[in-house]
Amino acid sequence: MAEISTEGKGGKHKGKSKKVSTRVDLTPMVDLAFLLITFFMLTTSMLKPQTMEIAMPSKDKVDLSKIPPLKNSLAVTVILGKNDKIFYYFGALKDTKTGIEAEVKTIDFGPNGIRKVLLDRNRAVVDKVNDLRKQNLNRQISDDTLKARVSREKGVKDAPMVLIKATDDSSYKNLVDILDEMMICNIGKYAIIEITPEDLDKIKTMNL
Amino acid sequence: MPKVKAKRKSTWVDMTAMCDMAFLLLTFFMLTSNFTQKEPIQVNTPSSISEIKIPEVNIMKIEVDKEGKIFFGIDGQDKRISLLEKIGEAYKMNFTAEEKKEFSLITAFGVPMEKMKSFLSLKPEQRDLKENALGIPSDSLNNQFKDWVRAARAVNKDLKIAIKADQITPYPKIKNVMNTLQDLNECRFNLITSLEEAPKNL
Repeated sequence: MAEISTEGKGGKHKGKSKKVSTRVDLTPMVDLAFLLITFFMLTTSMLKPQTMEIAMPSKDKVDLSKIPPLKNSLAVTVILGKNDKIFYYFGALKDTKTGIEAEVKTIDFGPNGIRKVLLDRNRAVVDKVNDLRKQNLNRQISDDTLKARVSREKGVKDAPMVLIKATDDSSYKNLVDILDEMMICNIGKYAIIEITPEDLDKIKTMNL
Repeated sequence: MPKVKAKRKSTWVDMTAMCDMAFLLLTFFMLTSNFTQKEPIQVNTPSSISEIKIPEVNIMKIEVDKEGKIFFGIDGQDKRISLLEKIGEAYKMNFTAEEKKEFSLITAFGVPMEKMKSFLSLKPEQRDLKENALGIPSDSLNNQFKDWVRAARAVNKDLKIAIKADQITPYPKIKNVMNTLQDLNECRFNLITSLEEAPKNL
């Protein structure tokens, strides 16, 4: 430091100042910069978490008589049981008119499990949605139209309605997984509802 | 014969270019970074194909751990202070300015109201200890969680609710949280998940 400050002083050089190299050693600066980079790299979270939006029915009392009843042929009931097992049946558990009991089947998660069942059930909508997606890929329709038309397709009158009933033995992962299947299978109409005692009795007798 | 004399080369390397690059990267990281937030508990979220990103502001985060303990937090330091004042009114508790300041720095907490004062007097590193991660009571007799949500909603109308729960959290615990939210007429919420690739060829 002292050398630098004394340098241009005095008439030793007789007016002709010595040429000082303008080169500065940048090594410490680079060291510092990399240190900071490392710090910022380690503390940042690049990936933002994803979310799944879900709307639950409000608890306000509604006049049930005003809502058209769900057609039995469209209903699919999915019960989430213990150890990642799923029970499902179509229609009502016991038809009030005919008294025919629905056949309750057991299945698990995964591409060959519940997904296959739901896809088969929802084939008409799935095909239409796939078709729309293809058109979107080929730039025939815009992203906005795709969105609007997909949601319209999902809400068609004869699309299946999935009733999700979770037992107390199921876990949160099961719930998210089944909601995920709804999205994968393009099911627009689904609801998470309380399990009924009849359903519980039924799966108890199936005891696996 | 003239001897071939190796020319002495200087070991000096020009650092300018490297320095430029290092600072460029540094600037990039500084501008894009949003710091990982400290969370009181470790949560393994389940995965889904949903690609909706969670907003960064106006978010009410409800974390549920494996055993079903509830942790709660909102963003914005000034909002947190008004939240504490609001909940203090409901529980007839007065908080000092220091306690409010401490509270405004906590991203998420999980203590019952009775222990709030002693929790705030702890050092930040002590708050993360296991014995201080008690969870907010949410049973029907003593539903403090409900009061927190109500107070947070009163403080900030635009809050979006995000639930972050562990994969193996039993369903009844989640049901309880959802029922409480439904009771308060909060019927739309987000479930935080990690990304999973969507299956092709359906």
